[in-house]
Amino acid sequence: MKPAPFDYFAPTTLEEALGLLKQYGSDARVIAGGQSLVPMLALRLARPEVIVDLNRVAALAGIAEDGESLRIGAMTRQARALASPLVHEKLPLLRHGLENVGHPPTRARGTLGGSIAHADPAAETPMVMLAYRATMVLAGGAGERAVPADEFTLGTFDTCIAEGEILKEIVVEVRPDEGTGFFELSRRRGDFAMASAAARMRLDAAGTCIEAHLMIGAVAPVPLRCDAVAEALVGAIPTEVRIREAVRLIDLDAFEFDNPEISLAYRRHIAPVLARRALMQAASRAGDLRQ
Amino acid sequence: MKKHSVDLTVNGREASLLVEPRQSLADALRGELGLTGSHLGCEHGVCGACTIIVDGDPVRGCLMLAVQAQGADVVTVEGVSPKVGLSEIQAALREFHGLQCGFCTPGMVVVLHHLFSENPRPSEAEIREAISGQLCRCTGYQGIMNAAKAVAARHQSKNV
Repeated sequence: MKPAPFDYFAPTTLEEALGLLKQYGSDARVIAGGQSLVPMLALRLARPEVIVDLNRVAALAGIAEDGESLRIGAMTRQARALASPLVHEKLPLLRHGLENVGHPPTRARGTLGGSIAHADPAAETPMVMLAYRATMVLAGGAGERAVPADEFTLGTFDTCIAEGEILKEIVVEVRPDEGTGFFELSRRRGDFAMASAAARMRLDAAGTCIEAHLMIGAVAPVPLRCDAVAEALVGAIPTEVRIREAVRLIDLDAFEFDNPEISLAYRRHIAPVLARRALMQAASRAGDLRQ
Repeated sequence: MKKHSVDLTVNGREASLLVEPRQSLADALRGELGLTGSHLGCEHGVCGACTIIVDGDPVRGCLMLAVQAQGADVVTVEGVSPKVGLSEIQAALREFHGLQCGFCTPGMVVVLHHLFSENPRPSEAEIREAISGQLCRCTGYQGIMNAAKAVAARHQSKNV
């Protein structure tokens, strides 16, 4: 359980880090919090020649308000984001997702950007960013590019980050008038989800749903966006009966993961339950905002 | 591969390491500094036996590279234990049968020490959250919970 040998660099600026990635090309791997990469190194599932450590690039950490959005530096620790008053106030779905990420010692090192770039299909943060329709800002030798969350994750452990690029920050538009809900099921607290659901909802003055989003995680390589469910709720009062009907529109045929310990049938059974709870929570919180 | 020198503070004392980049901080603390209290169980971040405090936060010692600890302030289980006898938490773990084989105990002691240093009277839910990342295969956790709850109750009665 010891990693294969590698060379190590700890740049202090983004420019320096990008220079190292250009120099070493496909031999290099970026390390953020290391809570997924170091196990992969130890198990020798990853054997990079060079590790470029972003932990000393201070400019990559921090959460800042920018007009109607929050800009979250990729190296922001999960624990810091979870404790952030800005996140509590403006991005409740991120907070509820982060509460389910690992344990205090892994959240102390683990970063938002690291989790998003790692793209584990069962991870909470990438799904939350999909639910928020966040924008990923990638820095590369040729400058920066902004990628919508829907185009960012390509599959299991696969994103559109190109060789020589670094995920720099995540930009999330804040909607103060929405309610959010998050539920997942795992064997033990902090374990990877067997299925998860994230919901957002806005209501008008009469309590009619005017906007809804639902994501289901841990059932396919990329979290599933359930537009049919959202469309069925828009224009309706989101009662429990209505939500129960709407979650029947989850595309269960798009579920792929089937393991001996967590069968496809079980995931198909629990995902609509979690989706219903997440939507009920989002509707309830959206209703509270109208009081 | 080139070795890196790392200067850090361990249990309040300055220390220097000369390490390969692939060496974990937990390995370096044990192998280079002789601090064998931190136990390496799974070596990939699952069991929590190697948990140490780095710059004020409990972290997995096996998931941090020693080379990343340049300038860090590290506290191990040795650093939260008295030279002679047992700490309050250690004494409670003994009293309430919070260990059997003892392999997980260093990690448990470290996270409980951190919890009580930040929150002297934690609730049961807060104790469970604090030890949620620590695996114990002997006790079923009940003895550990009883020990931590007893420490919290003593703090309550003494108004700590």
